[in-house]
Amino acid sequence: MLGTIRQKAVAARSLSSQVLENDLMRLRSVASVMRHYSAGTKEMTVRDALNSALDEEMAADPSVFVMGEEVGEYQGAYKITKGLLDKYGPERVVDTPITEAGFAGIGVGSAYHGLRPVVEFMTFNFSMQAIDHIINSAAKSNYMSAGQINVPIVFRGPNGPAAGVGAQHSQCYGAWYGSVPGLKVLVPYSSEDARGLLKAAIRDPDPVVFLENELLYGESFPVSAEALNSSFCLPIGKAKIEREGKDITITAFSKMAAEILEKDGISAEVINLRSIRPLDRATINASVRKTNRLVTVEEGFPQHGIGAEICASVVEDSFGYLDAPVERIAGADVPTPYAANLERMAFPQIEDIVRAARRVCYRKSSIAASA
Amino acid sequence: MAFAGAKIIQPLTVHASATRSPDPFTNNKSTSLSSPFLGSTRTLTLTRSVSPFTQRRSASTVVAVSDVVKEKKVKATSNLLLTKEEGLEVYEDMYLGRAFEDMCAQMYYRGKMFGFVHLYNGQEAVSSGFIKLLKKEDSVVSTYRDHVHALSKGVPARAVMSELFGKKTGCCRGQGGSMHMFSAEHNVLGGFAFIGEGIPVATGAAFTSKYKREVLKEDDCDHVTLAFFGDGTANNGQFFECLNMAALWKLPIIFVVENNLWAIGMSHLRATSDPEIWKKGPAFGMPGIHVDGMDVLKVREVAKEAIGRARRGEGPTLVECETYRFRGHSLADPDELRDPAEKAHYAKRDPITQFKKYLIESKLATEADLKAIEKKIDEVVEDAVEFADESPAPSRSQLLENVFADPRGFGIGPDGKYRCEDPKFTEGTAQV
Repeated sequence: MLGTIRQKAVAARSLSSQVLENDLMRLRSVASVMRHYSAGTKEMTVRDALNSALDEEMAADPSVFVMGEEVGEYQGAYKITKGLLDKYGPERVVDTPITEAGFAGIGVGSAYHGLRPVVEFMTFNFSMQAIDHIINSAAKSNYMSAGQINVPIVFRGPNGPAAGVGAQHSQCYGAWYGSVPGLKVLVPYSSEDARGLLKAAIRDPDPVVFLENELLYGESFPVSAEALNSSFCLPIGKAKIEREGKDITITAFSKMAAEILEKDGISAEVINLRSIRPLDRATINASVRKTNRLVTVEEGFPQHGIGAEICASVVEDSFGYLDAPVERIAGADVPTPYAANLERMAFPQIEDIVRAARRVCYRKSSIAASA
Repeated sequence: MAFAGAKIIQPLTVHASATRSPDPFTNNKSTSLSSPFLGSTRTLTLTRSVSPFTQRRSASTVVAVSDVVKEKKVKATSNLLLTKEEGLEVYEDMYLGRAFEDMCAQMYYRGKMFGFVHLYNGQEAVSSGFIKLLKKEDSVVSTYRDHVHALSKGVPARAVMSELFGKKTGCCRGQGGSMHMFSAEHNVLGGFAFIGEGIPVATGAAFTSKYKREVLKEDDCDHVTLAFFGDGTANNGQFFECLNMAALWKLPIIFVVENNLWAIGMSHLRATSDPEIWKKGPAFGMPGIHVDGMDVLKVREVAKEAIGRARRGEGPTLVECETYRFRGHSLADPDELRDPAEKAHYAKRDPITQFKKYLIESKLATEADLKAIEKKIDEVVEDAVEFADESPAPSRSQLLENVFADPRGFGIGPDGKYRCEDPKFTEGTAQV
């Protein structure tokens, strides 16, 4: 696949082929994806990263507790909370009945009084049963009470599609929660992201929606010694430039970041958003001002999605710098089908991203001229 | 089956041992009209041919509570239910609630108050009966009908009135409004517009009390939480979820149902398959009590027991207070569906006039004492209005404040301080 891209790229591009060659050689020499962010000595799966983050925060602060379905004796539906029950006991690792609205509200009520709950949703699809509490009693309370009552709660769990789990288990909630003032919405990609952002979320005085990805739980990433330190945490509201590039800016988050790093032909600057709310508009705009082209990638539904927000923000702040209209790559505008081939078509694949990147690069004039 | 059921739902043991009646279905006192629980005066043709509701209302489990109180009242004055100080405190609180709400109605029609305003007239016995037994550290969670709960808990009338006027000096700086009364100082945790939403939050506050005792080792933490909500909420899913978890984990919470028989225009009897809400308690493993919510003394007795239970760690209680709201659901409600005869019946049972009568007849207070209190409260309410009127509206800069507790939204750094306070941290665009 890389070969075909290269041929077409060389044939049609106006950029120097030398630059292109260098890029491709760099790509080929690294079997796995380029990961600049750490002088990796140790590898850690995302699952272990999350588990260690929870463990360390619970050890450091006795008011942190975990609540959710199967988090205790079952060791976590996805084993994220493995071992915590034995270490901290049933008062701090609370198995709940199947009552999302109830236990999300209980988490909020306890946060009102200064405890720091980490509420797990088995998937974020189930958070829809508790969304009243996430938004009305968690997100809005600090504002409604004029700062008297803040809500240091974390809602976490897997978000977005998994593999063959059907329409009701596959929706991405980034756009929904990202539109609510009063919430912080985080979307980690690698293990370092997962550790750093979860620790920051637990320490944060505000409600945080922490959207993980089930398919990434088992993936290993190198982690630096700094990341393994128990006081390590990442800032909220800051994106990370996973790879620098010159030709286009691609924004992605969670699993999609992996897809981007796999493909190429074009020198793409890949931004791992890490935080949907607050959105790091500064980093995105600075990058677009450098490359002049933008492709946003997400797995969620296209209408009113995260790509739409990023596009609007770039148009507002950097309109004069755009050489081509912004391309949005999102999931298909359908409830997720079950059949494996249909499901594959319903979510962005590498080919889609490559095609979009090329469209953005080859377009010389604006839509008005070509329409 | 019915007998076993009856035993579980006996009122709390202290009274029951003295007055435990045999099986309610054999000792069925007649469906006498002297029963205080008349319920709706509507004749229903749809639900059942013989409404078990009215029949069971005279069941001795229910009558037992009022009987006990009646017995106590008839006995010598040395065995009164409360002292003079307590009596005056309760009277003052009830009168404050009524005077305040009446003033709200006036202010609304003059345009000083706006939006949704839900008044509590007629239900004062429930608020005063329960909340006056609480400590400052105990928590109260309510619905949109929350002005009087906030006042009873100790939030100053000035702060509540300013909040209703939308002024900066309000308890939530004008950002909450009528339906969202919060006070961290007095542990009033809202004020929620969605019915049923406050119940899990209250259960969480109770959970914190238990957590503080068991995990954080604050052994003397015996704070209880009261969740107030209505008859309509008793059909909502979140209510049942919390009854289950509160009983499962033996949380120190009291679920207080203010059954005023109407959810806007929907009669409780039209909306509920089994209208006796107190029965839902035993279904989840906690006592269910039914009390006459127009009589503050009865409410207070039941409240004492329930709060005592919770403080001792014996778990939750469900208390159904049958009460009535004299005004419509909100000030925008024309209140056309309720039968005037029903309203008249309950108006005759006004909790404040009843209590005043009791205080005077049992020689706990004189007419003059009570008049003095009324005058004082009238002045407090007038002063609150003046204060609210003269207070400034929130400044423009207040619009964007308090969205996050975190000043710039960048979170907390490894040193435990906010990242934005670190001069080396580069400024982003997180506008909060």
